[in-house]
Amino acid sequence: MSALGTAGKAWDAIVVGGGHNGLTAAAYLAKAGRKVLVLEKRHVLGGVACSEEVYPGFTYTVCSYVVSLLRPWIIRDLNLAQHGLRVIPLEASFTPQAEGPGLCRWPDPDMTRREIARLSPRDANVYPEFGRTMGRLARFVKPMIDTPPPDPASLRPSDLWQLLGLGRRFRELGDDLAALMFKLTTMGGVDFLKEWFESDQLMAPMSCSGIIGTFLGVSSPGTAYVLLHHYMGEIDGSSRAWGFPVGGTGGISEAIGRSAEAFGAEIRMEAPVAKILVNGGKTTGVVLENGDEIRGKTVVSGCEPTLTFLKMVGADNLPADFAGALRKYKCRGSSGKVNLALDRWVDFACRPGDGPHVRGDVAIAPSIDYLERAYDDAKYGDFSRRPYINAVFPSLLDRSMAPPGKHVVSCFVQYAPYDITEGPEHWPEKRDAFGDAVVDTLEEYMPGLKDAILHRQVLTPWDMEQEFGLTEGNIFHGELGLEQLMFQRPVAGWSRYRTPVKGLWLAASGAHPGGGVMAGPGALAAKAMLEARAV
Amino acid sequence: MTRTTPFHARTGPLCTSFAWKEWAGYAAVCNYDRHSEREYYAFRQTAGIIDMTPLSKLEVRGPDAGAFLARLWTRDIRRLPPGRVVYGAMCDGNGHVLDDGTVANLGKNHYRVSSNAPWLGWYLENARRFDVDITESAYDIGVLSIQGPLARDLLNPIVEADLDVMRFFGVRSTKIAGISGEVARTGYTGDLGFECWVANDDAPALWDAVLEAGKLYGAEPAGLDAMDVARIEAGFVLPGIDYISARDCVNETRKSTPDEAGLGWTVKLDREDWIGRDALVRERDRGGSKWLMVGLEVSWPDLEALYDEYKLPPHLAPCGCRETLPVYDQDGRQVGQATSSTWSPILKRYIAMAQVHRPFGGLGTRLKIEHTVEFERRQVTATVVEKPFYDPPQKTFTPKKLQKSAPNRKKGDA
Repeated sequence: MSALGTAGKAWDAIVVGGGHNGLTAAAYLAKAGRKVLVLEKRHVLGGVACSEEVYPGFTYTVCSYVVSLLRPWIIRDLNLAQHGLRVIPLEASFTPQAEGPGLCRWPDPDMTRREIARLSPRDANVYPEFGRTMGRLARFVKPMIDTPPPDPASLRPSDLWQLLGLGRRFRELGDDLAALMFKLTTMGGVDFLKEWFESDQLMAPMSCSGIIGTFLGVSSPGTAYVLLHHYMGEIDGSSRAWGFPVGGTGGISEAIGRSAEAFGAEIRMEAPVAKILVNGGKTTGVVLENGDEIRGKTVVSGCEPTLTFLKMVGADNLPADFAGALRKYKCRGSSGKVNLALDRWVDFACRPGDGPHVRGDVAIAPSIDYLERAYDDAKYGDFSRRPYINAVFPSLLDRSMAPPGKHVVSCFVQYAPYDITEGPEHWPEKRDAFGDAVVDTLEEYMPGLKDAILHRQVLTPWDMEQEFGLTEGNIFHGELGLEQLMFQRPVAGWSRYRTPVKGLWLAASGAHPGGGVMAGPGALAAKAMLEARAV
Repeated sequence: MTRTTPFHARTGPLCTSFAWKEWAGYAAVCNYDRHSEREYYAFRQTAGIIDMTPLSKLEVRGPDAGAFLARLWTRDIRRLPPGRVVYGAMCDGNGHVLDDGTVANLGKNHYRVSSNAPWLGWYLENARRFDVDITESAYDIGVLSIQGPLARDLLNPIVEADLDVMRFFGVRSTKIAGISGEVARTGYTGDLGFECWVANDDAPALWDAVLEAGKLYGAEPAGLDAMDVARIEAGFVLPGIDYISARDCVNETRKSTPDEAGLGWTVKLDREDWIGRDALVRERDRGGSKWLMVGLEVSWPDLEALYDEYKLPPHLAPCGCRETLPVYDQDGRQVGQATSSTWSPILKRYIAMAQVHRPFGGLGTRLKIEHTVEFERRQVTATVVEKPFYDPPQKTFTPKKLQKSAPNRKKGDA
């Protein structure tokens, strides 16, 4: 069969979805000399990593909003700095309180120690030790995110070799750390933290990193492991937690897109793919929603696994066990996003000013009980009346996000379960109430906020599914629970970016190493394809 | 005793890190905070506000002022029109660099020279056959530099002159927040930026006005550490670090000609009768300078692999490094030294400026640079690359063309 597309051009690979992973895969393939076409559904690039001027003069980092794990080797390979990628380090993690000055954790250990000492002198001393220990454990885990996962069921020499290396590194950790590693993988975040700390005000914001994007509470088993991801981030070679990309996360996607185009890839906007064509167990191309058919022997999905396989490919074209496993794949969306345009800066009552304490992330997580209650609402099918909010003020870090003197606020909000009691399709009716709950919560810490709001954008899990193709609105293309990581992502036996459909590859967050704006899945998938001479 | 600049009443209380250093006899802020990251990103994203008062300043006036300066500098100052500034170098009779800096033509045969060291003696010695009047103004003028992509947005509302029409290396006498002074579109960060010169007494008021205007744009007071990273990215050399002024060298071999100091581009040998020219013609005829100042990029994968041998993540100090690092050829022979190096946060590259033997100065030449890990001296690959490392379009972009009917000149300018 001819590989000619509608435009008469032969494509070596068709990438479905111009998210940051799809673009990364496209850039790597184009760099290797392949003819690549990227098909993006929306009018802006980046999928979930996009920035949009929804309200004139104000740029929202619509969904994702910070970056930590964008792999340095990918930045180098794709010349992303040259293509405009810029990341400004976040300066602090601030947790406001109704009473007292709140807690701010700084890059400077002495300042952090003084802050924590107000709550507990003992915790102030333990905190740096905790950081060092987690840092050493992170170094054990980190090499795994830069390589395809080893398959423990395989007897291939390369897999065995990789597992051996893992074992060797594990032994080098020593007994104490190895024991801790086991605890991390099995315990709940709060329980794990309680082994180290006593201050509720300190543990509450720390435990939040274990629940982001999952439908779990801060005490649920397995959430401790995700704490480790906080100690793996790196910006500029040195280990650092988080940064804000200039222009929002869309700035990253734009940079990767420019890189892909510079290597010769073609990116087509507003070209939604309806179906991935399969014939005799092989893909033969894609069909757009307008009916156009684009033929090709290799299709790379930059989309979520459930969407890719159960909607675009169709269960009929898949082995029954694979389709069955995907139906069990946990995609429970648990969060929403609220973006605000502000007419002026609004002070936090407990610590006024627009200084360094708000030039990082601000966590509305005053106590562990507060977070547990937020989860309670969600367990029974409603959004949290007083949710956990992770707010960032992009306009303080990147002045191009809002006109001078005005501001934008990006609020990640949990919990907002996809499956509300009324049914997910009823989310649009609850959208405003959800937005109100978020603004009401913030107003308690930022009096006068409501009066300063010029525009509000509320994204519920339903919106994320409808607009961005995130099944059930899960921001990570499937939960980052331990049972869905590594060689189990997305389906055991299919963790190496190949799929049961010949010629179809998975190159997004539903593949190893998982979600987050890190571009790892896209890059590793493209490398695997090139290595296998599949394209 | 170290003296303070006229901005000290403002900068002193803001410098919560107490990190000061001596610069030309003045106390200068290294970084206001415990780290210089925010100040660096101010230079690159918004605007950094830095006190540059310690720079040496001379006022040269009189009918021969242009001709006199043209004799001392590598640039033909006679052809520098009023309202313009030029960057250049100053050599001794042997063609060795004494200093680098800027000369501004303020009109009415009045020039202001800004350079690193004070040169009043050298100027007076060479001024005998010229009708000029030379005075040192270093202790009378406060200099505030506003550097970064939003510098113009920030200053336009408070500066009387229209900065939208001021070209790169333009200068005007004007009012800044009602204060008389000069504004020049110059700087030491390789980005859009302006320097404001005002009388000492007006310095605190200037500081207040600029900081107030800067609030809307996220401008930040910045110190020397952040500027050091920015100037390396911009490929600017620093006397005393990247080359040693010929006046301060104990032995001949440490002296540098303009090519060796990275200043060769400011030299035009076809112009005659300036100090150092004849020696530099001889250097050219011999086949060029012995050394070249080049840009290097240190291989990050190499560095990562090196640190991995020690089971460590790669680590660089988050500021410019002024420790001289030996540079070797592929066979391990030392062929030069890196004089300034830094991790560039904006370029995501580990860059250095180095003096290397001429045969090793070609673009793309692969060399090795020393790197110490765990007290052991090792080598990693470094490649000769183009300078400046960072050169954003806004550095030279001017939003509005000057209308012919409204000349950008002060009254009385010829």
